[in-house]
Amino acid sequence: MISNPYLPVAAEIISIIKETKIDFTYRIKCDIPVVGGQFFQVSLPGIGEAPMSISDFSDGYVDMTIRNVGRLTSEIFKLNVGDNLFIRGPYGNGFDLLDFENKKLIIVAGGTGLAPIKNVINSFSHSKNRVKSFDLILGFKTPEDILFNYEIDEWSSLLNVILTVDEKDESWKGNTGLVTKFIKELNIKTDSDYSVIVVGPPVMIKFTTMELLKNGIKEDQIWMSFERNMSCGIGKCGHCKIDSKYVCLDGPVFKYDQAKKFVD
Amino acid sequence: MAYKLNSEKFNDVIGRLSEDYDIIAPALMPFEMHHSNQDVYGYRKIDSFKEIVIDKKTFFSPKEFLFPPRETMFYFSGSQIEEASYTGKNIIILLRACDINGLERIKKIFLNNGDVEDTYFQRRLGKTKLWLIECDEGFDSCFCVSMNSNKTDNYSVALKFTDKGIYANLNDDIFLDVFKSFDKIEEYRVSFIEKNKLKVNVPLPENVDIDIFDNFMWNEYTQRCIACGRCNTSCVTCSCFTVQDIICDENKNQGERRRVWTGCHIDDFSLIAGGHDYRTKNGERMRFKTMHKIYDYNKRFGENMCVGCGRCDDVCPEYISFSKCINKLNDIIEEEKK
Repeated sequence: MISNPYLPVAAEIISIIKETKIDFTYRIKCDIPVVGGQFFQVSLPGIGEAPMSISDFSDGYVDMTIRNVGRLTSEIFKLNVGDNLFIRGPYGNGFDLLDFENKKLIIVAGGTGLAPIKNVINSFSHSKNRVKSFDLILGFKTPEDILFNYEIDEWSSLLNVILTVDEKDESWKGNTGLVTKFIKELNIKTDSDYSVIVVGPPVMIKFTTMELLKNGIKEDQIWMSFERNMSCGIGKCGHCKIDSKYVCLDGPVFKYDQAKKFVD
Repeated sequence: MAYKLNSEKFNDVIGRLSEDYDIIAPALMPFEMHHSNQDVYGYRKIDSFKEIVIDKKTFFSPKEFLFPPRETMFYFSGSQIEEASYTGKNIIILLRACDINGLERIKKIFLNNGDVEDTYFQRRLGKTKLWLIECDEGFDSCFCVSMNSNKTDNYSVALKFTDKGIYANLNDDIFLDVFKSFDKIEEYRVSFIEKNKLKVNVPLPENVDIDIFDNFMWNEYTQRCIACGRCNTSCVTCSCFTVQDIICDENKNQGERRRVWTGCHIDDFSLIAGGHDYRTKNGERMRFKTMHKIYDYNKRFGENMCVGCGRCDDVCPEYISFSKCINKLNDIIEEEKK
């Protein structure tokens, strides 16, 4: 009897961090080996199942930053420490850190797109000798939407972080404007040493990539992570197919020289 | 090994095999047409030879016996999760070459796409035997020859139904016992149709340029398609599904997780959390389906997904023709090459 790949296992919630009103980070007990950028199929029996990206992990735990947007997530938001999430996975390729070792690393993240890349940021911000340089541009809709405040402060002390919001409020003293506005400030020179990661909503990815190319980054120097509503995570349900690729099997991380040929 | 039987004897074969198998064949399904209580032809369990309908094409394909429209995956009781068991009988499906090839296409998705096999498809497939029905000439909307799916050697028994009797060619010794008492004949060889009324020209993958995805030709389908999804549900090669959980109304602790058919023409197929939808126009959905059936599946698996059964043309309430769409696409690609 082959094991059933759809069968989830219970994973206990060991902490919940309220990042914003609608984004909570759930730390679950988990010993399954994972790679940053991969995702789990997360479910509650009787409620539903959905793909959730892994925002960070270490020995014995995995973090997933979940936004309260639907039927499943609104039920997850009612859970407490000690309750269980049901998971299967991890699925997808994730980010291969070797692609960024000894490079001039630029990461541009928009909104919740920061979650799947957070582990990569932490990997390099704590051992900066592994990259030649590290610039991080983070964009959020409003100051209230900013995720991982406590860690952004830490990153700011270790590397060049540009934090911006689309719409400021009275208390906001920082940058305002879309992330694309700040790419010029990096003074990018045409150089084979750059590796760039872009994560965020589809429109943000599109315009950020255009701006990067305009500033001299080559197509094969850009990595991006795709979001689709997979029902299976294992190449069967069809929801995540784009062209001949399956985001759950061949992605969610793709290089732009390949991804530019994808038409949804 | 080939045998000739009259209809009475074939009826006996069905009777004998029915002890161990459910025999599924194209047959009349009275009053099962949606909306109007009309008759429809489809695949269902039969008990006698006279129920088999050879001269009509079925509305739905036989895929539902390997991939049902709704299938329970797990039962929940509190936080206990139990795999739904499968206790169905062995089945024999009587079907044509296009459909056998169609089931091969979805088998690739369920068993060979990615490195894990789909439990639910696998366990049904393990209980299934395919009996080929030879086609005399095909139907008006068939284009299997253009899709190279008019032939197959993947069957246990091949059957030819003629006025003079039924010819059976055995390909699987498991059925020797039921046939061996009949007249053995030498001259029967399985044959396949070599020509359809329709000819479809499928563009070669290397000639497909990304520009064609944005071509104006898809706008027509935004006007015409009503996103009912009949083309998806009738297609023998459409394998997409969505997973849903339900809770029992009387006891919130009891529930199940199941998968249900969905399709790329159906609303919400490409919707993600937060409300972004990758394909809102019906023309985009037609383009997505078309390119999957005749282009990108081929890039991934080395053969086209569409088998040319023509059911999508038969069932579309807006009279959209997939075969015409492929030809139109090919004409544009050929034109642009010049």
